[in-house]
Amino acid sequence: MKRVLLFFGLFWAFTFLSAFTINKIEGFKVGDKAVDFKLKNIDGKMFSLKDVKDAKGYIVIFTCNHCPYAIAYEDRLIALHKKYAPQGYPVIAINPNDPNVQPADGFAEMQERAKDKKFPFVYLFDEGQKIYPQYGATRTPHVYLLDKSLNVKYIGAIDDNSEDASMVKTKYVENAIEAMKAGKEVDPSFTKAIGCSIKAVAKN
Amino acid sequence: MSGLKAQDVSIANFDGLRPLLEKKNDTIYVINFWATWCKPCVEELPFFEQLAQTKFDTPVRIILVSLDFKSQLKAKLIPFVKAHPQLPEVILLSDPDSNKWIPEVDKDWGGAIPVTLVYQGSKRKFKDDAFENFDDLMQFLQSFLKS
Repeated sequence: MKRVLLFFGLFWAFTFLSAFTINKIEGFKVGDKAVDFKLKNIDGKMFSLKDVKDAKGYIVIFTCNHCPYAIAYEDRLIALHKKYAPQGYPVIAINPNDPNVQPADGFAEMQERAKDKKFPFVYLFDEGQKIYPQYGATRTPHVYLLDKSLNVKYIGAIDDNSEDASMVKTKYVENAIEAMKAGKEVDPSFTKAIGCSIKAVAKN
Repeated sequence: MSGLKAQDVSIANFDGLRPLLEKKNDTIYVINFWATWCKPCVEELPFFEQLAQTKFDTPVRIILVSLDFKSQLKAKLIPFVKAHPQLPEVILLSDPDSNKWIPEVDKDWGGAIPVTLVYQGSKRKFKDDAFENFDDLMQFLQSFLKS
């Protein structure tokens, strides 16, 4: 009996995970309209994009505590927020990882990290991991730059050098925001970068 | 080019690595992209160690391409390699402009690791995830081993 139940459990888990994977690959493309969300911020309050007053756009970034590539970008994220939040483009950081798989990415750990680094931006927890598959994020860090109507203007990396900020040649996100401000086409509007796979029970 | 004792780690940028991704001989190349800090990557390394110990009719060359930061070479990567003497050949890929070279490895790769590219001549297969166990890896290689 136990074995039969286990079999059915696995069967359903597999069916669910397959659906999950397909969902995840879809995600938003540049030009799509993204969705708002309601996620818990490190201050314990729920946060939605619509809560930002006078926003002209949003630098939504899936990031986390544990990933060296995410850590390498923390200071640059802070600088990005300090430069662009006053202009109407705040950084909205979201941790998509399941702490059951990656304990360093738990909510208390997020609070601690934000405090240590004095994050000036919201750092949200994608509890139940419902938002990142809708966006189609596959790694941390992974940026989705939205305009004020939530249209996706840019997807990808922050700049072209993860390891060394002083060696950056092209600041993709900054260039994209400047293009938006000038009413110009964002180019490139899509980049790829090495990052940590998002840790879900489904994905190991 | 011994696959069995990687005492040291070579460092390459993508121009240096590229020739290893487009060899025209009969060898089956198994190119895994990983990093010491990546948990699912490290969990699948034993399967590549086991593969390196397995005898095949066709030559198989396994290359573990590390994406650790170059600044971590001495602190993390070399100690890791020393602690895993069975590890196949390791190359540290130090080429920060990953947007340029990720699509060259595979057009469907977004940049998350681990991934594994297997090729033999013009035949290529790309695994955009970790292998669950050794059988999973063997199954992935099956179509190459039969030819």
